[in-house]
Amino acid sequence: MKFERYGIGIAKGLTVTIRHLLRHPTVNQYPEQRLNVSRRFRGNELIWNRERCTGCGTCAKTCHQGAIEIATSPDATNNKYEVEKYQVDTGYCIQCGLCVEACPYDALYLGYSYECARYRRGELVQSKEDMLYTPERKVSGYFFPEQAQKLPKQTLLIEKVVEKK
Amino acid sequence: MPPDWPGGFWWHWLFFTVVIIGFVLTMVMGAIYLERRGMGRMQSRLGPNRTGPFGLLQPVADAIKVLLKENIVPFTADKVVHWLAPVIAFAPALMIFAVIPFQNGALLADLNIGILYVVAVSSISTVGIFMAGWGSNNKYSLLGAMRNVAAVVSYEIPLVLAIVGVVLIAGSLSLNQIVLAQDIPFILLQPLGFLLFFAAGCAEINRSPFDLMEADSEIVAGFHTEYSGMKFAMFYLVEYAEAIAISAIITTLFLGGWRGPLLPPWLWFIVKVFLVFFAMVWTRTTLPRIRIDQLMAFAWKFLFPMSLINLVITAIQVLAGWPTELAWAMVIINIAIMVGLVLTWSRFFFRLGWGRLEV
Repeated sequence: MKFERYGIGIAKGLTVTIRHLLRHPTVNQYPEQRLNVSRRFRGNELIWNRERCTGCGTCAKTCHQGAIEIATSPDATNNKYEVEKYQVDTGYCIQCGLCVEACPYDALYLGYSYECARYRRGELVQSKEDMLYTPERKVSGYFFPEQAQKLPKQTLLIEKVVEKK
Repeated sequence: MPPDWPGGFWWHWLFFTVVIIGFVLTMVMGAIYLERRGMGRMQSRLGPNRTGPFGLLQPVADAIKVLLKENIVPFTADKVVHWLAPVIAFAPALMIFAVIPFQNGALLADLNIGILYVVAVSSISTVGIFMAGWGSNNKYSLLGAMRNVAAVVSYEIPLVLAIVGVVLIAGSLSLNQIVLAQDIPFILLQPLGFLLFFAAGCAEINRSPFDLMEADSEIVAGFHTEYSGMKFAMFYLVEYAEAIAISAIITTLFLGGWRGPLLPPWLWFIVKVFLVFFAMVWTRTTLPRIRIDQLMAFAWKFLFPMSLINLVITAIQVLAGWPTELAWAMVIINIAIMVGLVLTWSRFFFRLGWGRLEV
């Protein structure tokens, strides 16, 4: 016997809403509460390891947005290439992570931060110095499982509910 | 307590006028807070929580914001009608409270035709709303107002028929007498009547799921599309004042009004009003808005025949003597009748083609 046409649907709906009333709201109050993003988060900036980089330019070739610019000069004394210019226009970056995967020397990482809004378009361009690793600018665990282990676990909305007084 | 408490005709009038205005405004603020927070939580949100502790000052913030806004009147509007509409819509919402007892004998006017007065007065808001729709000179406003008139005309009938059932049992039209007659709350003796009254009442004051007159997705904001500033605030106030008024009437008619143990009577009254209002918020959050043809069909094919059947059954029960010692047996019988009728008629309602015009 089907009960769908006896007004049962309304009763079902009412129980759903009352259950929502009694459980925690799944809301994040952003500036006060910040959730941990996924450990394999593809953030809005790149972290660059100056020591490992050989200046091969694979990242720039892989980037289908053409966001990465690299210029090198030969360094005869150390028998390597010196990276003169390395900059990323994060305005063009689509966080696909191909550059990170392509780098044969594991010199490039995706960033873990997500608050990268800027007032001017020019400020979106990351220069060489802006890309170095610092404690504030954490490395995401994307493509690097050993880096992911160091990061805190992702918080889910259903776990995190405290109302601000 | 004597009926003319607190003594002296004019003192009585002054006291209760001030009390009613204060009561309505405070209750509206409480209702807005309860609705926004409660609805937020039911939708897994928090609701407004920035203004004051727990967002308690949100209604105040809303009021200040809306008062400071510019008052825009459309160039082609009928200025006088446009200006008068919010006032005419608001006055009846206040006037309803004149006959609602806050405790035994504590009411502005203990009319012996109290509930008739409520039915008569509550329909006047519709005139204000229709004036708003007409005076704005806007097609959406007019559509919203027409829908409101259609809804009120249709839903007034089941509403009044549901009231008649209560009046038959209580044997009086005075709201104070009706409360005094409720040794058992009439929601138990008249469960079907309560459901009918609740549904028809929600439709009458255009709360969702029957809020077709201001269906945002179809007709912008309905009759108050062209209103802003203080006049919009008046309509906002009317919406909640009417919701409180209907809650108060339901409390008085079905939930035993101010009667209850331990707490003082007026507090019981307020608690019950908020309980009924909470039920309205609950249904509002749960149910999606219905179409205009479904609105009409629900009134004429479901509520109207059900209220007629309810009236006949109640009349037979009252004629048969209404054995007071067997009141609890009657409660069980009436609840069984309600469940059976709702189930069978829901089935029949679909046979009748629910929203469709032809059968």
